[in-house]
Amino acid sequence: MSIVAGCDVGSLTSKAVIMEHRRILGSAIIKSRPKPAESAELVMQEALDAAGIHMNDIAYCIGTGYGREKISFVQDVKSEVSCHGKGATWLLPSVKTIIDIGGQDCKTMKVDGDGRVVRFVANDKCASGTGRFLEVMAGVLDISIEELGKLSTRANTPVTLASTCTVWAQADVIKFINSGVPIVDIGAGINAAMAKRVAILVNTVKPEGDVLMTGGVAKNVGVVATLEKLLGRKIKKTRKADPQIAGAIGAALFSMEKINTGGEK
Amino acid sequence: MIVAGCDIGSLTAKAVLMESGKVISSAVVQAKNKPSASAEQVMQMALEGTNLKQDSIAYVVGTGYGRTQIPFVDSVESEISCHARGARHLMPSARMVIDIGGQDAKATLMDENGKVARYLYNDKCASGTGRFLEIMAQALELPLDEMGSISACAKEKLTISNQCVIFAETEVISLLNEGKEIPDIVNALHCAMAKRVAAMARSIGIEKDVVMTGGVAKNSGVFQALSEALNIQLKAFNGADPQIIGALGAALYAREQAAI
Repeated sequence: MSIVAGCDVGSLTSKAVIMEHRRILGSAIIKSRPKPAESAELVMQEALDAAGIHMNDIAYCIGTGYGREKISFVQDVKSEVSCHGKGATWLLPSVKTIIDIGGQDCKTMKVDGDGRVVRFVANDKCASGTGRFLEVMAGVLDISIEELGKLSTRANTPVTLASTCTVWAQADVIKFINSGVPIVDIGAGINAAMAKRVAILVNTVKPEGDVLMTGGVAKNVGVVATLEKLLGRKIKKTRKADPQIAGAIGAALFSMEKINTGGEK
Repeated sequence: MIVAGCDIGSLTAKAVLMESGKVISSAVVQAKNKPSASAEQVMQMALEGTNLKQDSIAYVVGTGYGRTQIPFVDSVESEISCHARGARHLMPSARMVIDIGGQDAKATLMDENGKVARYLYNDKCASGTGRFLEIMAQALELPLDEMGSISACAKEKLTISNQCVIFAETEVISLLNEGKEIPDIVNALHCAMAKRVAAMARSIGIEKDVVMTGGVAKNSGVFQALSEALNIQLKAFNGADPQIIGALGAALYAREQAAI
């Protein structure tokens, strides 16, 4: 029995990863349901199907994310921060700084070579600079979050949002729409505003070494490009796996450590 | 001599007409897209019912966020000064004014003579402003002006833990899904708002008496919640509309400046 799993139940999406000997056998990402327990069951089943195995084949499973306490099938839980640090280091072994933008928060952490978190700051008090900001703005523009990211590549003169607050920025965006500003320029302005806010948080930990972005917003090219400019350093890409599942990977790696040490740890 | 004060806010425009130091008429209208149009309209409404015309007004002072765009003013004053002036006129014992408008919240501390000593405002974050209540009223499908009376029926003590409007809105929806009662949720929202505004007021120091101005002061739930959050009973203006205090202050400035 060397197959392990990690399950990351977030506010907007839930992720599960099945691993064996530090290799991914299967993974899944779903939109979170109102009940975290249900999200966990569903995403785990999808990941098991992808790996072609059954729940009985899993030797150990760790839960993480904001809904971690509600997952019925886990043996243990770990904080999102530790899981992200560990998962990001698996994705990119040279990583030193991690930016994780979640659906309702934004975290930035620095890790040592073993994926242990040595410095960490987060914003979960204000929607600005979190995935929620982009979600609200995509709603105003009546497009998907994925489409919003792509708008930056086609923009000519991105708008500047005067307000940081999501509520006021929403009003700014409506004004731009009403005055006939092209949607690509508004979208690019939204992505830049998001990056600006995230950069403030990231700079407080003094980023160094290789920077990796995890979480769904890593797929937004507009946010990534502006963030690179503001931080003055490249954000590394990884093809090893979808950066959105970093937390679940970390949870699975912790599961592996558990069975390797006979569950004594 | 007739003087006037005109207060162009983000959501509403207010005008007060004054003769010999007495208010003879006042009006409140929803703000238009253009501050100048709001100003014209609210002043016309204030003139209606009096036998006065615009040119009977000797001096007009403008205030509020749209004050520089009012076409007919003789001078402008800050909202801080006007609210302090108006509040002090109605309540000579007032030392602190808490003004919650549609898009901002301000706390102003005055000395014994009514001179503004310190002030602090928030217009960066929608939390703790009128917009917070507006969004919550929409989420709960309630008329904004009934929030106060609805919260009076609260029985169960609930807490909204998020300050951010966006996150608090999600929290409200979760509470609704849990089957919590609307009056209890509304009361929790008023307490959350009061907590935020009280923190701002406390940071400049609180002196009694404390009065509340601006449209949100009409919400009896917020008025009470703020009294509890500050641990000081706020003083209510006897019969005067708290929403026109800024315009009243502007009219008082107009009277003073016209006399020079």
